[in-house]
This record gives sequence, C-alpha cells and structure tokens, in this order.
Amino acid sequence: MKLLAQIGTYFLLMGRTFSRPEKHSILYRQIMREIEKVGINSFAIVVIISLFVGAVITIQVNFNIENPLLPAYLVGLTVRDSLLLEFSSTMMALILAGKVGSSIASELGMMRITEQIDALEVMGINSASYLILPKIIAAVVFFPILCLLSIMVGLFGGYLACVLGNVIPPSEYIEGIQYAFYPYYISYALTKTVFYALIITSVSSYFGYNVKGGAVEVGQSSTKAVVQSSIIILLANLILTRTILG
Amino acid sequence: MIEVKNIFKSYDGEFVLNDVSARFEQGKCNLIIGRSGSGKTVLLKSIAGLIDADEGEIWYDDQKFSHLDTIGKQQIRKEMGVLFQGAALFDSLSVEENVLFPLDMFTGQSRKEKLDRANFCLERVRVEGTNKLYPAELSGGMKKRVAIARAIALNPRYLLCDEPNSGLDPETGIVIDNLIKELTEEFQMTTIVNSHDMNSVLEIGDKVIFIYQGCLCWEGSREDILQTDNDALNNFVFATNMAKQIKNS
Repeated sequence: MKLLAQIGTYFLLMGRTFSRPEKHSILYRQIMREIEKVGINSFAIVVIISLFVGAVITIQVNFNIENPLLPAYLVGLTVRDSLLLEFSSTMMALILAGKVGSSIASELGMMRITEQIDALEVMGINSASYLILPKIIAAVVFFPILCLLSIMVGLFGGYLACVLGNVIPPSEYIEGIQYAFYPYYISYALTKTVFYALIITSVSSYFGYNVKGGAVEVGQSSTKAVVQSSIIILLANLILTRTILG
Repeated sequence: MIEVKNIFKSYDGEFVLNDVSARFEQGKCNLIIGRSGSGKTVLLKSIAGLIDADEGEIWYDDQKFSHLDTIGKQQIRKEMGVLFQGAALFDSLSVEENVLFPLDMFTGQSRKEKLDRANFCLERVRVEGTNKLYPAELSGGMKKRVAIARAIALNPRYLLCDEPNSGLDPETGIVIDNLIKELTEEFQMTTIVNSHDMNSVLEIGDKVIFIYQGCLCWEGSREDILQTDNDALNNFVFATNMAKQIKNS
C-alpha cells in the first residue's frame, strides 16, 4: 500500500511539474542555471571516469581474448560496443544518479524544511513546476551530450592504453573501433540516456520535495533518491533493451 | 479583512484546531498567541492556504478561499505577503534578487521600475546597501527585514507573519514588531502575527486572540489582557513570579 501511495504521489507531483510555467523567460533562465548545475558541473567526473574505464576495458579485453587466431582489432571493436551499448549510457547514468540525484534531493529537501517551497506556494507560484521542470529539461537536454562525451573520451582512453601501455598496436585499435559500426547503436544509447535523465531528476525531485522533518530526513531522502533511481534505471535498462534491440 | 469561521483540523484523530472563529481587521495588527503546540501555526498556515482545514471557512474580504478554483486562490496569494519563522529567503539568490523575485514573476514592469521598487522596499525596512549580499551573509534580524521587504514588494493587502521575532534578541525583536506595525498602518494591510512573545503582544497587539488547546479561549485588545480574569491566559502571559506580582499589584 505504501508503495502504491508513493507511486500515486509521484505521478501527482509530475502532473503539477508538467503544467504550464508562470513565465517562459523565467523558465528559460532557470533551465540555463540547471544546465550548469546538472550538466556542465558533471563534465569532469564523466571525462575522468570514461577515460580510465576505456583504458581498463581495452587492457581487460586484450587479456581475455589474447589468441593468435583472433585478430587484434577485435579489442577495439569490443571496447567500442561496450561503451556504446552499456557503459556510456547505463553505467554513466548510475554514476550521475549518485552525483546529480543526491544533489537535487538535498537541495529540494533543504528548501522544504526551511520553508522556501512554502514561500513559493504562498506567492501563488506552482513550486513543482518552478523548481523541478527546469531540472528535468536540463537533464534531458544535456545528459545525451554527456553520453556522447563519455563515448568519445572512453575510446580515447582505450587508444591511450594502446599507445602508452603497448596493449595492441594503435592502428589495430583504430581499425577495430571503425569495424562493423552500426550508427543505430548511438541512437540506442542516446534514447536510453534520455529516459535515465528523466528518471534521475524526477525520482530525486520527488524524494527531496516531499521531505518532512529536519536535516536527518534530508540526508535520508538523498540516500533514498540515489538508491531508488539506480534500481529504476536498471529496470528501465532491461525494458528498453528488450524493446529497442528485441 | 480576513475572517475564519468554525475551523476544525485534526491529525490522527486528535484535534489541533477545534471550532475556531475569528475576524482580523484591516489596518490593524492582529495577534494570535498561545503556547507551543496550541495550534496557532496550524491556524496561520490554514489561513495562508498551506494546510487544508478539515471543516470551516476562510474569507478574504468577500471571497471565500475554499470555494475558489486554483486560479482564484493564486490571485489571492498574489495579494498576500508572508513572513516565515526562519525568513525563508531563497539561498541561491542575493538580497536584491529575493526582493525582485515576486516582481519578476508577477509584473510586466521594466527592469528599472522593478529595481526602483526593490530598493524602495529595502530602504523601507532599513537594509539598504545589502543588495548584493546573500542570505547566508546576513544576521537573523536582517534576514527578517529582507523577508518583510520581499513580502511587501507587490503591495499586498494581507500580511501574515509566523513568529517574526523568534530567535532575535528582545531589542531587535521590538524593531521588527514596530516595522510590521508601521507598514500595516502605512499600507492599510490586514496583518496577522503569530507570536508567543509578550513584548510583541504589549507593543503591537491591536487585537489579540488566545488559542488554548486548539480552541479560541480569549480575544480582546492588549489593554484588556492586563485586566482579564481568564486563568489560562493569565498563566500564559504572566508566567513568571515577577510578572504575577506586577499584575496583582
């Protein structure tokens, strides 16, 4: 029953969130602020993690398929497909759920307990739309850019591993990442990322917006936001993969 | 004028407000007093529309709040300024941006007109020169003043204040109280102040209602308090032995 009540409250909140904004100019300004907070401020973590993961996947794949019968370029192909199909969309979404999701939940939670959300409501402002909608739009617009960045940096990380670690000849790696390339995989990764962006921002906002109590509850809501977002992302990954790749 | 009629509110079967009716006059400071947990914050939040009462009516002049649709309620709220206990300034905005916020949201004024209005409000509450500071850089008293400036930015008809001088020293508390009274008279607002501070009651209470265990137990002016024989009110107002001696003398 509690779960059903939570789902009901979540959809009611989303109903209020996706209602007409007060002023489009203010919505635009808020979206720009949120793009900086949820998007641009995540650049560094995406670059660092993708670079190292790309390099590590390259080394591990080479270690596992080291066989004179298998061409070396298969390492590049496997790294590319791992990044495209799973890492840069799903794994990166789980990382962003930790960074962005906890930040959203604690920000809204603090606004709730310090009555800032009440202040918006008594001014006659739809606080859900004012606070949550820009976060969702910013994430839906910007997370796909982060996904593309992650793919490129991850591939570059693999290349660096080849150049600096002598894993396989760099030319073989380059050949591998170009071999049997289906552009459709990029659409698949970006489609998943859009869904993940919606999940991370809306679920985290739900937990932050509905906080009752004090600082302890804000911390708890932040943890719940990350855990629940991660579980829903994994579930969505399964459903989307089954639906899109059949 | 704001009027509440037969308000009931309960949580988990326990009444927090039990048949409360009161009338708050325009141009006067109407005080709601009572012990912590007596239900005064629930009453104020019900009036502000932040809590839905189980039963009863809330009237803003000739408009019944509970009968209004969402747009009607929003219109009333645009005419309402609320000062929260913790000031509730937006942390991510500077002082100037906080005061500009309602003007940006609800007026089509030019940037210059809005800035002029924001500066007027800040000067009116005597915190001019703090425009570029953030709430975290202000003292408790200054936060309350900025919150008042934000509350009056749109020239509200109704001003609701939840314990405006809580957490302030008595001298600063009186300054805030007097500011509320001045603004109430100057702009002819209907002001409701929620307080358990006796200095406020005696300083600005044009009309005082006393909430005791969720019921309206007494109402009158600040002068009437000194002559009342209501035990619950006397125990609340004259809580210390010294105060009791002064009352008896």
